[in-house]
Amino acid sequence: MSKHLIDFIDISKSYDGSLVLDELNLYIRENEFLTLLGPSGCGKTTTLRLLGGFETPDQGRILFDGEDITNLPANERKLNTVFQKYSLFPHMSIAENIAFGLKISKKSKAYINDKIKYALKLVNLDGFENRSVDSLSGGQQQRIAIARAIVNEPKVLLLDEPLGALDLKLRQNMQYELMRLKEELGITFVYVTHDQEEALTMSDTIVVMNQGYIQQIGTPEMIYNEPENAFVADFIGHSNIIDGVMLDDRLVEILGVKMPCVDEGFGKNKPVDVVIRPEDVELVDPADGYMEGDVTSLIFKGVHYELDVMANGYEWLVHTTKHVPVGTHVGIRVTPFNIQIMHKPESSDEKAVEIDE
Amino acid sequence: MVKKCASRLYMFLIFLFLYLPIIVLIILSFNNSKTRVVWGGFTLDWYKSCFQDEKIMSAFLTTIQITFLSAILSTLIGTLAAIGISAMKKRQQTIYLGATNIPLLNADIVTGISMMLLFVKFMDLGFVTVLVAHITFSIPYVILNVLPKLKACNRSTYEAALDLGASPLYAFYKVTWPEIRPGVFSGFMMAITMSLDDFSITYFTKGPGVNTLSTMLYTELKKGIKPELYALSTILFFAVLFILLLGNVLPQKKAQRALSKQQKDL
Ligand SMILES: Nc1ncnc2c1ncn2[C@@H]1O[C@H](COP(=O)(O)OP(=O)(O)OP(=O)(O)O)[C@@H](O)[C@H]1O
Ligand SMILES: [Mg+2]
Repeated sequence: MSKHLIDFIDISKSYDGSLVLDELNLYIRENEFLTLLGPSGCGKTTTLRLLGGFETPDQGRILFDGEDITNLPANERKLNTVFQKYSLFPHMSIAENIAFGLKISKKSKAYINDKIKYALKLVNLDGFENRSVDSLSGGQQQRIAIARAIVNEPKVLLLDEPLGALDLKLRQNMQYELMRLKEELGITFVYVTHDQEEALTMSDTIVVMNQGYIQQIGTPEMIYNEPENAFVADFIGHSNIIDGVMLDDRLVEILGVKMPCVDEGFGKNKPVDVVIRPEDVELVDPADGYMEGDVTSLIFKGVHYELDVMANGYEWLVHTTKHVPVGTHVGIRVTPFNIQIMHKPESSDEKAVEIDE
Repeated sequence: MVKKCASRLYMFLIFLFLYLPIIVLIILSFNNSKTRVVWGGFTLDWYKSCFQDEKIMSAFLTTIQITFLSAILSTLIGTLAAIGISAMKKRQQTIYLGATNIPLLNADIVTGISMMLLFVKFMDLGFVTVLVAHITFSIPYVILNVLPKLKACNRSTYEAALDLGASPLYAFYKVTWPEIRPGVFSGFMMAITMSLDDFSITYFTKGPGVNTLSTMLYTELKKGIKPELYALSTILFFAVLFILLLGNVLPQKKAQRALSKQQKDL
């Protein structure tokens, strides 16, 4: 897990004059499960297509194992793709679909047959060799697409929202299957999704993107616990993101209340974004809180209740296991450790950070 | 019940009006009498003498040559054009499609005259000019048949083939071609019928000496009606009918077979 396998260097790409990727820099290490995460239209598929060889960048280089592959045609790259849209060959049987790449690389018949059996077993579809593509459900088709890609033993597997069309239960099963596959095959996965839970569950590294800019790169824990800006914080989970002023080291003021926190080095009287996760908001007696407010809504979510609490002019999102009826007067407290302070975006190319409501 | 009978009757009348003239023609082609009003018994003589008539046979041969050559070439050109158009951006696509469709909407006689004017500037009118003219007016039909197939077969299958290591040519042959083949086939059939069917454009571009069946029929009819021409027209009608059926029924049969195969698999 140390060597760079893929390097994106200053990659820019625009379609019809509108910039989709702007000087993107990214490296992917060998054997890594890297996820590109971001809202629809942020350039995830474009990034993947550049890597797969279906688009050429306007500027910048892509290295594979240290070799420049920017202009290498797709069929000569040592990676395989599972596309966002179903892309099985409709006039071929399942076995023929899986054998497609192997036939091109002139493998023996026996080898191909073994591989087909092995791949079908791997994706839990034994015995589907002679079925036609149309007779498969969406989830099954996507699994065949995965099988078709992995039989070629690529160094890198690119997956573009492969589970997008599946229902929750099947999606969770497939997430588990994919992680198992990665362990078994020991290949690098570059995975695209706009589902933050999926990204957090599966990845070694998450790259959060918005409007063609990388917002943060890190492990799922880092992304979740220490979002670098308001966009990441909001995208990773609904959070309380509040304008604040950093008065001094370890002291922040929000909604007119001074709160102790653990962050340092922001300077004095600096405007900042303050992120407090809904599960970190503690509801206490009105007298014990930093501020007082009233519960305005209560929704049962299974493992917890989701509450809105109106306090000091801000509607707090709160997760709690206690049942607190609407109208209850409560106090709000937050442990200093759970207050996350972030810089406000300053320069113009940071404006992608702003959250569109 | 009454409603059903009425609708049946209505249908019957419509088909009667549509096909009555042709039915009369077919009956007359077997009529053993030179006049059109008397039924003189059944005969195949007109067919026999039709096949012995040199003028008719040479026109027949020309027609076959023109039809097949123009259908093959226009299918080739039209398919390549459709592939090119499908790869264009949306705006360009609309412009080019509009441009290729204008000859479809243009009155045949206008197309015929304008082609004649163009051809006489560069070469003598004859077999080649008729062939070129037929290719030209058939191409839009081929494009119209192939383009929807290309659109339906999504681009990602072609890219998937590349991704699995196929060269662009191999990917086209293995993945795109099987999906557009029915469209290419029906485009070919369409080109054949259009070419067989055409009179005005051929008339203006053919020059002296060369005759297809339709222009030959026209010149002969001016001289007076011979019963052989009934026989010839009947043959032509059935030839076109056969080709149309081939073009329509074959793809359906195929689809049915694919469907039943699937049901067996399930
Ligand atoms: N071939 C193209 N021509 C023109 N614009 C394109 C093309 N492909 C993508 N774009 C534009 O580029 C931007 C990024 O697209 P991209 O497909 O990379 O988004 P994405 O992050 O994969 O989104 P999604 O989650 O919806 O798949 C979008 O605004 C899209 O409209
Ligand atoms: Mg996408």
